Amino acid sequence: MLLYILGMDRLTKLENESIYIIREAWSQFKKVAMLWSIGKDSTSLLWLCRKAFFGKIPFPVMHLDTTYKFPEIYEFRDKYAKEWGLNLIVAKNDESIAAGMGPDKGTKLQCCNELKTDNLKKAIAKHGFRALYLAIRRDEHGIRAKERFFSPRDDSFQWNYKDQPPELWDQYKTKAKDEEHLRIHPMLSWREIDIWEYIRRENIPMVSLYFAKNGKRYRSIGCAPCCNPIDSQADTLDKIVEELKASPTSERAGRAQDKENAYTMQKLRSLGYM
Amino acid sequence: MENQNQDLKFVIVGHVDHGKSTLIGRLLYDTNSLPPDKMEEIKKTSEELGRVVEFAFIMDNLQEEREQGITIDTAQTFFRTPKRQYVIIDAPGHVEFVKNMLTGASLAEAAILIVDAAEGVKEQTKRHSYLLSLLGIKQVIVVVNKMDLVDYKEEVFDKIKGELTEFLANLNVQPKLFIPIAALKGDNVAKRSDNMKWYSGQTVLSALDDLEDLEQARDQGLILPVQEIYKLEEKRYVLGRVEAGEIKPGQTIKVLPSGQTTVVKTVEKFQQENLTQAQSGENIGLTTVDPLFIERGNVLCENGKEPLVKTEFSANLFWLSHEPLAKDEPLIVKIATQESIGEVIEIKKRFDSSTMEILEQNAGKLQFLEAAEVTIKAKKPLALAEFSELAELGKFVLIKNDNVVAGGIVAELKNN
Repeated sequence: MLLYILGMDRLTKLENESIYIIREAWSQFKKVAMLWSIGKDSTSLLWLCRKAFFGKIPFPVMHLDTTYKFPEIYEFRDKYAKEWGLNLIVAKNDESIAAGMGPDKGTKLQCCNELKTDNLKKAIAKHGFRALYLAIRRDEHGIRAKERFFSPRDDSFQWNYKDQPPELWDQYKTKAKDEEHLRIHPMLSWREIDIWEYIRRENIPMVSLYFAKNGKRYRSIGCAPCCNPIDSQADTLDKIVEELKASPTSERAGRAQDKENAYTMQKLRSLGYM
Repeated sequence: MENQNQDLKFVIVGHVDHGKSTLIGRLLYDTNSLPPDKMEEIKKTSEELGRVVEFAFIMDNLQEEREQGITIDTAQTFFRTPKRQYVIIDAPGHVEFVKNMLTGASLAEAAILIVDAAEGVKEQTKRHSYLLSLLGIKQVIVVVNKMDLVDYKEEVFDKIKGELTEFLANLNVQPKLFIPIAALKGDNVAKRSDNMKWYSGQTVLSALDDLEDLEQARDQGLILPVQEIYKLEEKRYVLGRVEAGEIKPGQTIKVLPSGQTTVVKTVEKFQQENLTQAQSGENIGLTTVDPLFIERGNVLCENGKEPLVKTEFSANLFWLSHEPLAKDEPLIVKIATQESIGEVIEIKKRFDSSTMEILEQNAGKLQFLEAAEVTIKAKKPLALAEFSELAELGKFVLIKNDNVVAGGIVAELKNN
């Protein structure tokens, strides 16, 4: 976007970029859904979707439930799904769960793959979605920095990172025949600090796990067994913003998935992981 | 002026192996923008591959990129100086990945063009220069890198500067300045180099801080390409982003291409149903006084300040597909939210996008990575502007089999 009001601040620019992309994808595909993990990024994306459509989101919001999430996450999900009038879909990979798949069985890669990726594949097949909104950001991980705003996945769900379509100006990839669906990434340009400053500016409700209790808080949340809290005294939005500005380590430092091998994330993503 | 809430996006372009990723690594390192765990991970992977610590791995995160030592796709990262925040867009230099370079560069407000002092100006140096001019990026800094490999000699720097100045002038690109650097060692990146006493100009960081924020869209009439219609309860919202001018309740607007007029009833955002106005860059929903038929691809504008509506126009085109363009083959033209079937009816001149040498006049085909002056004919009338006048209605893509196969800009419009 080359034209903007001189002096439009970074958060306002980011918000406008995201709303444009959200509306563009809905206009192109109609049969879309947003993935809501209930974390800070996807809750902010949900907020942006509400803003894009004047409070009434015209597509379903889907939670990929591994059943290993924190209780606070389920509580928050149900409260706001009701309050915001969401068309909520809760998707679970019942087969894998029945077979006992969990973080202690097999590798982390297998667990993520079955309870998240395979779960998503089944849900897409069931509902016939053509495009999915995801709240990933370039600054989260080097592999995510390579993503496009509109990113195709083929019929076997693969991300062809070696040959991505060009995105010129605001012209995005529209669906091609041999592709299963598109991933839409309206928040690609946001950084972790932008998210928190935006949450503070907009006063967006957040799961309590992000706020420090007894000297610990979560900087990134997902499944309870695979997330570690950090030492922190930040129990308010102001303190979280201050803490992040002073912190040198990256956000996913507490995530187990990224630790096994430098390319785990690349493998997960090429297989369809979010 | 210090402004921490503003950011500036710039792209680093140039020939493969001339040091784009290394310069990025150096910029991040010297501004303390590298998280310690990221540095740890880079050290570890570098060791596993049996190399010295590779700054390039900060941006090159794909396994293939690290093992082969090349950048495949564009990526972005951030740093800040006391003056402002920066978003660095890394762009691959390899010829095969030009579409990824364009993807990154099309988001940039400024560019650093990097040239290897030992190798001098190469094919991609020139092609990327052409693409900067096609994209309309006006703020360009040239850095001559790896000065350590040529014993920091002023003559080498001067020779490259002379050669490139002439080439860029032909493309209407005027670089702000030329800086001799050694990115690997940090000479003239954040700190002035003791190895080049003959150079007294800016460092890369101080040159970046001297760039200007993009100027405001000049005093223009309203341009709002319609994205979609959204019905909610009793309301029928026209959704879109204001690209130029401003929109207010009570304002008379013209709908292109039909030319019908109506009056704006409300300009709205979520929980702001009665905005007094919206300006360029803002995404809004508007309602109209009459139930006029408006659809995606219409362009709302101001009476008397409307852009031209045409089916035929001259353009500069850059062909991105391995499959050549054939004159008269059916394609889709997309300009802002407008879309029409169309064709290239004339390829007036065909260029090598690296040397800018004319390959053929009145050509029948256009090959991968060639540039051309063409005439495009669209089936539906399109609201257009010359790129230099109003970029949003002056830049377009061509689509074939659902893929973007070319980028282009509207060259000249005659009102005939």
